Amino acid sequence: MNKNKTYKNLRKLLKFLFIAVSSLIILVPIYFIVVNSLKTVEESRMLSFSLPSVFQWGNYLEVIKAGSLVRAFGNSMLMAGVSTVIAVMVSSMAAYALSRRRSKAHNTVYLYFFMGLIAPVNYVTTLFTLKFLHLQNTYLGIILEFATLGIPFLVFLYYGFFDNIPRELDEAAVIDGCTPFQLFFKVIFPLLKPATITGIVLNFLGAWNDFVTPLYLLSDNKKLGMTNSIYNFFGEHFNDWNMVFADIILTIAPILIIYICGQKYIVSGTAGAVKG
Amino acid sequence: MYKKKLYGMRFILPAFILYTVLYIIPTIAGMVISMTDWNVARPDIKFIGLQNFVDIFTSRGGNYLASIGHTFEFTVVTVILKTLLGLGLALLLNKGLKSQNIFRTIFFLPYALAPLIIGITFVSVLKPNGPLNIILESLGMSGLTHSWLTESATAMGSTMMVEVWRMVGWNMMILLAGLQMIPEEYYEAASIDGAGAWKKFTKITLPFLRPSLMTVTVLNTIHGLRVFDIIYSLTGGGPGGLTEVINTQVFKEFGMGRYGMANALNVVIFLMTVIIAVGLQRALSGKGKNE
Repeated sequence: MNKNKTYKNLRKLLKFLFIAVSSLIILVPIYFIVVNSLKTVEESRMLSFSLPSVFQWGNYLEVIKAGSLVRAFGNSMLMAGVSTVIAVMVSSMAAYALSRRRSKAHNTVYLYFFMGLIAPVNYVTTLFTLKFLHLQNTYLGIILEFATLGIPFLVFLYYGFFDNIPRELDEAAVIDGCTPFQLFFKVIFPLLKPATITGIVLNFLGAWNDFVTPLYLLSDNKKLGMTNSIYNFFGEHFNDWNMVFADIILTIAPILIIYICGQKYIVSGTAGAVKG
Repeated sequence: MYKKKLYGMRFILPAFILYTVLYIIPTIAGMVISMTDWNVARPDIKFIGLQNFVDIFTSRGGNYLASIGHTFEFTVVTVILKTLLGLGLALLLNKGLKSQNIFRTIFFLPYALAPLIIGITFVSVLKPNGPLNIILESLGMSGLTHSWLTESATAMGSTMMVEVWRMVGWNMMILLAGLQMIPEEYYEAASIDGAGAWKKFTKITLPFLRPSLMTVTVLNTIHGLRVFDIIYSLTGGGPGGLTEVINTQVFKEFGMGRYGMANALNVVIFLMTVIIAVGLQRALSGKGKNE
C-alpha cells in the first residue's frame, strides 16, 4: 500500500516538474522583456538574460515622452471604451428581441449576424465606406468600426444567455405597467450581468489589441492607440530594445490588470463558444 | 401579438444598421470591386470580370499563388500543433495538481496580448544574437542556432511556432471546459471493469471531447487563414517573399493603390474561409452521426 502511494506521489512530482518546465516557454520571454526594459541602450542590445548593471527606471519616463504614450493611452481608452459600450448595448438589445421572438425571419437575422463570426473583414472597402460617410480618420469612425467588429460575437454570447432568463418575468413586468424599453433596461439588462462583464472584457481587450483595423483606417498618427503607436515607435527605434520593451510593458500593463481581475470572465466567454 | 410590441424591431435595428453598413456592405462592395481594374495610377475604372482571379491563379503581376500556398501551409501546421499541444496541456492540467490554476493562467496569458506585440517581442527573441540562440548555445547545441527570421529554411517555421506559442493556451482552455463536462462516474465504472488509462482516453475522453475538438479545429482554421499581425511584424513577408500570406499581400496591393486586386485577394480569402469552415464543420459533425 505504502509503496503504491510513493509511486503516485512520484508521478505527481514528475508531472509537476514537466509542466513547470514547459511553462518556462511562456515565462522566459516575459522575463526577458522586463529585464531588458531596465537596461541602458548598449546593454539591451546584447539581448542577454542578465540583470541590468544599474536599473534604468528612467527608461519608462523617457519612452512615455518619446512615444507620446499619454496621448496614445487616452486614444486607446477612448476608442476601446466607447466602442465596447456601444457594442454591448446594441448587441444585448438585438439578441434579446431575436431570442424572445424566434420567428423564421428572426432566425434568419440571427444567422445574418452569425456570419460575421466566420467571414473575414474587408478593410479596403470598409475604408471606402468610412470615407463615403465622411468618417475616415475620425475617432467616431474607428469607434463605430470597433463596435461593429464586436457585434457578431456579442449577439451570439447574449443569445445563448437569454435562455436562462424566464419569460414570465417579462409578463409580470408588463402587468406592472412597464413599457418595452423600461422592461429591457430596468428588469432584463441587470440580469445579464455575467454575460455583460464577459462581453465588456473581451471586447475591450480585442479593441485595445487590434492592430490591423487602425492600420487601414487611421492615417492620422495623433489618433493612434497604444498598440499601433508601438509599431511606429519600433520602426523608428528598432535597435533601442530597452525603449521598445519599456513601451511594450506599458502597453500590456492595463491588459495584464484586466486579465488578472477578469480571467474568470475571459475563460467563460472563451469556453462559452463551445456551446454553439 | 404582444410579442411584436414587446420585442419590436427597434431593439434589433441599431445593431442591424451598424453591422450592415460597416460589415455587410463593405463585404459585398469588395466582391463588386474585385471584378474591376481599379488602380489609383489610372483615372478610369473598367469592369474586367474574373480577370483578377485569373491573374491570381496564374500569379500574373505578383506571387499570388505562392502566398495562397503559404497561407495553407501556415494554417495546416498551426491547426495541428495548436490542437494537439492544447489537448496535451488540457489533459495535464485537468485535475490532480494543486498548482493547476496558476499554470492555466500562465499558458492562457499570451491570448490576452496583442499579436503585434508578441511579434515584436519574438523579433528580439529570434535574433541571431538573441535569447533563443543563447539558450541553445548554453545547452551545447550551437549547431542548431539560426538567424531564425531571415534564413529561408527557418523563417516560415518560426512564424508558425510564434503563432502556436500565442494560441496553445486558448486551445487548452476550450478543451478543459470540454473535459470538465465528462461525468466522473464513467471513469470510475471503467476502472472497475479494469480499463487502462489508454482505453479510458480513447473510449471515454475522446468521444466526449469531440464537440470541443471540432470547435477548436474550425476556429484554429479560421484564425490560420486570416493570419496577418504575426507575419507582418515578424518577417513582413520575407525573406524573399517566403512567408508572404494572402493578408500581407492584400495590404501590399492596398498600399500600391491597386484596389481591384486587393479586393480580389480579399474575396479569395473570404471564399476559402467560408468553404473550409463550413465544410470542416459538416465533415467533423457528420462523422459523429455515422457511428
